[in-house]
Amino acid sequence: MKTRIVKRPQLSVGERIYFATVVKGLLLTIKHFFGVCRDLFDWKNKKTAITMQYPEERWDFKDNFRGAPALVMDQFGREKCVACQMCEFVCPPKAITIWPAEFATKDNNVEKFPDRFEIDMLRCIYCGFCEEACPEEAIFLVKEAELVHTDKKDFIHDKGKLYEMGGIREDRILKWQHK
Amino acid sequence: MTYVLGKLLHIVIVAGAVLPGVGAVMVWAERRVSAFMQDRLGPNRVGPAGLLQPVADLLKFIFKEDVIPGHVNKTLYVLAPVMSLVPALVAFCVVPYARGMAIADVNVGILLVFAISSIAVYGISIGGWASNNKYSLLGGVRASAQMISYELALGLSVVPVFLIVGDLNMEAIVRWQKENGWLVFWLFPAWVIFLISSYAETNRLPFDLPEAETELVAGYHTEYSSMKFALFFLAEYIHMTTASALSVALFFGGYELPFVTLPQGVWGTVLSGLIFFAKMSFFLFLFIWVRWTLPRFRYDQLMKLGWKILLPASLAIIVLTAGGVALRETLK
Repeated sequence: MKTRIVKRPQLSVGERIYFATVVKGLLLTIKHFFGVCRDLFDWKNKKTAITMQYPEERWDFKDNFRGAPALVMDQFGREKCVACQMCEFVCPPKAITIWPAEFATKDNNVEKFPDRFEIDMLRCIYCGFCEEACPEEAIFLVKEAELVHTDKKDFIHDKGKLYEMGGIREDRILKWQHK
Repeated sequence: MTYVLGKLLHIVIVAGAVLPGVGAVMVWAERRVSAFMQDRLGPNRVGPAGLLQPVADLLKFIFKEDVIPGHVNKTLYVLAPVMSLVPALVAFCVVPYARGMAIADVNVGILLVFAISSIAVYGISIGGWASNNKYSLLGGVRASAQMISYELALGLSVVPVFLIVGDLNMEAIVRWQKENGWLVFWLFPAWVIFLISSYAETNRLPFDLPEAETELVAGYHTEYSSMKFALFFLAEYIHMTTASALSVALFFGGYELPFVTLPQGVWGTVLSGLIFFAKMSFFLFLFIWVRWTLPRFRYDQLMKLGWKILLPASLAIIVLTAGGVALRETLK
């Protein structure tokens, strides 16, 4: 086989004297220094700095982000959950517990509602199965990802907390109207 | 008696408040500037712009357990941080940081600085030795070799200043520069050598071989914790302050401005002090700037630079300057 002579790059004279390259390096770092200095005055349009100031600034999650599960109401302020307990059965870590109750009257075309609805966030694994299983589109994984409490009891989200997190979501089908 | 009390007060203010204060601000500046240079923000939560961060650091140092490992030489181990801090504080005494405000306006001036700052190497090498740890010892040995090597170039690079000015007194050097312009314009190469050697003397990057985290864990202060470690840290920053102050006083006109005559009296003194601190801050910034730009030298490169380049270069500058001064005298 023919011998191939690899050409090693040699340092030029300027590089060997070293001072010019030192100055070049210093200019580079000071450029970044002043870049961040400038960004401090115009933080919204920052160009050089990459740090996010966490408690004040938060991530902008995508819509399919799987955060904490929450219950939603439709645009009429009606509870969408009909206490079918599908989510409770599909939940792999058994984080969801539902106590169903019956409506006394059938006026609103819905038979059941959850009397109590609890999700234990210490058990939840954010898998999203509940959202997939729900036939009423009543439970969603919202963009809430920072759950910090000093008491373990606070990690059990009750119905009020779940609706507070979920809020109102447009219902395209409105099953109860067609019965 | 009043003289002695006045001097004592002066010493207490400078060594007890001003220099540690500068050191504290430097700790903050080091972290913020390094962060800025790496597109980060650094500590900005404690106080306005993070300025109280050094206070928080100090509190942490004070409340940490003061560990003295069982395998160390206890006497030397306790002594080493003190031995590295005290020379750093003492060396500042001859620096005229404002008009007529040097603690000791002695006529040996700069020689005293070099004599004292050479002692600082004992703090580091004794710290390395007393720790009874291979990394610390290596750090200590490196520190002594490095400091001895660069001490020569440092001392020789300043000789041209004395050749031109004809006086060792720092105030006289500043006065000469007021009349004849900053010495850096006359002796730029000598200043470069002075700067490089002072970086080596203060164990700062690119010459931080005694510490060399990537090779020696933390070098000479591997075994140190809490306030003893803080003393080493403070000593480094005060050394930097002294080196910057010398650079300003010897090469950059000290507390005077060119073309502007400062008023006499108290206001003149205050103004001159502010000018000196402004100039000094630039050099302190330069220390940080260089640290976060240049990588560490290899040990053989360090020795080669010290002995083969800086030493002959400074000797050559001395010879040239001496020739120039002799020529000037003959032509007079």
